[in-house]
Amino acid sequence: MAQAEKVLAGSLADQRAALDRSEISASELAAASLAAIDRYADLALVVTRQDETALRDAEEASRRIAAGRSRSILEGIPVVLKHNIVQKGESATCASHILENFVSPYDATVVERLRAAGAVFVGRANMDEFAMGSSTESSIYGPSRNPWDPSRSCGGSSGGSAGAVAAGIAALALGSDTGGSIRQPASFCGVVGFKPSYGRVSRWGLVAFASSLDQIGPFARRVSDCAALFEQMAGHDPRDSTSLPEPAPKVCERLDGDVSGLTIGLPKEYFVESGVDPGVLARVREAITELEGAGAKFVPVSLPHTAHTIATYYLIATAEASSNLARFDGVRYGRRAKDPVDLEDLYRRSRSEGFGAEVKRRILLGTYVLSAGYYDAYYGKAQRVRTLIRRDFEAAFRGCDLILTPTAPETAFRLGEKSGDPLAMYLSDVYTVSANLAGLPALSLPCGLANGLPVGLQLLGKPLDEITLLRVGDAFERRTPHHRLVPPAHARGGA
Amino acid sequence: MASLARLALTQDEALAMARDLEQILAHVASLDALDTEGVPPTLHGFDLPTPLRPDRAAPAMDPELAVGNAPARQGSAFLVPKVLEEEG
Repeated sequence: MAQAEKVLAGSLADQRAALDRSEISASELAAASLAAIDRYADLALVVTRQDETALRDAEEASRRIAAGRSRSILEGIPVVLKHNIVQKGESATCASHILENFVSPYDATVVERLRAAGAVFVGRANMDEFAMGSSTESSIYGPSRNPWDPSRSCGGSSGGSAGAVAAGIAALALGSDTGGSIRQPASFCGVVGFKPSYGRVSRWGLVAFASSLDQIGPFARRVSDCAALFEQMAGHDPRDSTSLPEPAPKVCERLDGDVSGLTIGLPKEYFVESGVDPGVLARVREAITELEGAGAKFVPVSLPHTAHTIATYYLIATAEASSNLARFDGVRYGRRAKDPVDLEDLYRRSRSEGFGAEVKRRILLGTYVLSAGYYDAYYGKAQRVRTLIRRDFEAAFRGCDLILTPTAPETAFRLGEKSGDPLAMYLSDVYTVSANLAGLPALSLPCGLANGLPVGLQLLGKPLDEITLLRVGDAFERRTPHHRLVPPAHARGGA
Repeated sequence: MASLARLALTQDEALAMARDLEQILAHVASLDALDTEGVPPTLHGFDLPTPLRPDRAAPAMDPELAVGNAPARQGSAFLVPKVLEEEG
């Protein structure tokens, strides 16, 4: 088992090599991943094991590898799914009581594609209920604990996915990003998290939160691994009407380590000393120096509407959420209240018993901003400001190829530190929400430690230009040791 | 508002929510300072026309699967409390 654990803690490339050289079988690797889920149960990272399907798929993969018929680079590789991406015959609770007993009758497009590529789904990751949160604390499973320091948050809402990759439960995981829910937890847990351009990856089978912002994306310990996972799941899907009618870009073959001649913008609004932890700022400045040394050119840019992004985001996201979550009515699936007196009572009590406080708060806010008399003042206004934010980026990208910022203004905060103050929690997404509002691809990757905790570097790309982001991220990784840092053993449950 | 959202809140819950929402609405009021006269709204991540698919019949989900998660069902139908009163 020691050998299996070592392979499990490696990158996708390490796991691929070990499988192809028959040092370990796909079945042994899946069993090691399932065992790791239990070993880290205290951290509440992966909260549901999928033993039966995982071991069956792993056996199939073992046979294919032995016969030299691997379907892709992912053949036999364990992958963790966020609890809001459906797989046929498996649960997808969204960490909510309302979906506690839900069993999906179909596969999400990403699940279908990755399974066809040989991936083995070992379990489901903890998250903030319905992806509404930035700390993975508002979950029926209890809070996810950060493998770097169990008293701290993994970030959120995809905290379980990020923590699972950091702890070594799997080299790959999927999350969803509506306002930073992949990038901020990646930053807090010291792993790579990638939000592709809006429309790149099908949302079919992702439980909807805010449909004009939601995007599925990968977590990994290497940028190149994220690129490989992205390549396998991206591309047009006729079942998602917002899916871009284009094939998946071939990103892996473009990771050549070269950044010379690229111009990177530094938005002055993101480098305000007062709003950022000095340790975070120091690591990000070192990253800039590193990339400068590699031949990239830095220029100042301005995104004048930065101060308005959080307000704009929370108006649009809650409005869309209140509409999307209307489907949870206790009729077709999910929790139903006992002995309702009439249909209205059935709706009201099923929803009130099933949803947690943060979900109710956002449904109420969304209902309010969409209601007659307030629609133009709130929702309509936010949509117009969203245009201004998008124009800010269009203007900035006229002078640079990509933009570099910190991913979050701080390192992982303590559990409970912000959970009593919704607005403080919302403000922690200050650097990430703009990419969702503007539909841009964005990458977070480790750039060192501050106060003993991981710091994330964020790269924002032009719409559909995933290639430049991943190239620069990969080039940075080749020149720096940060991606090799792992959580201290004592915090990882004695592993 | 809770009634519009089909939520039932206790007195305490309602008070706490009202306090939180007031704080959040005070923050979003900062948008009022921006002049958005003549700025078109952005409705989506990308400007895509609504794609159309061929009008061709395709197999639907097996009804047994489709109602498999229903809290109450009769055959392949969802059961709900009576909506129409019987005429006296």
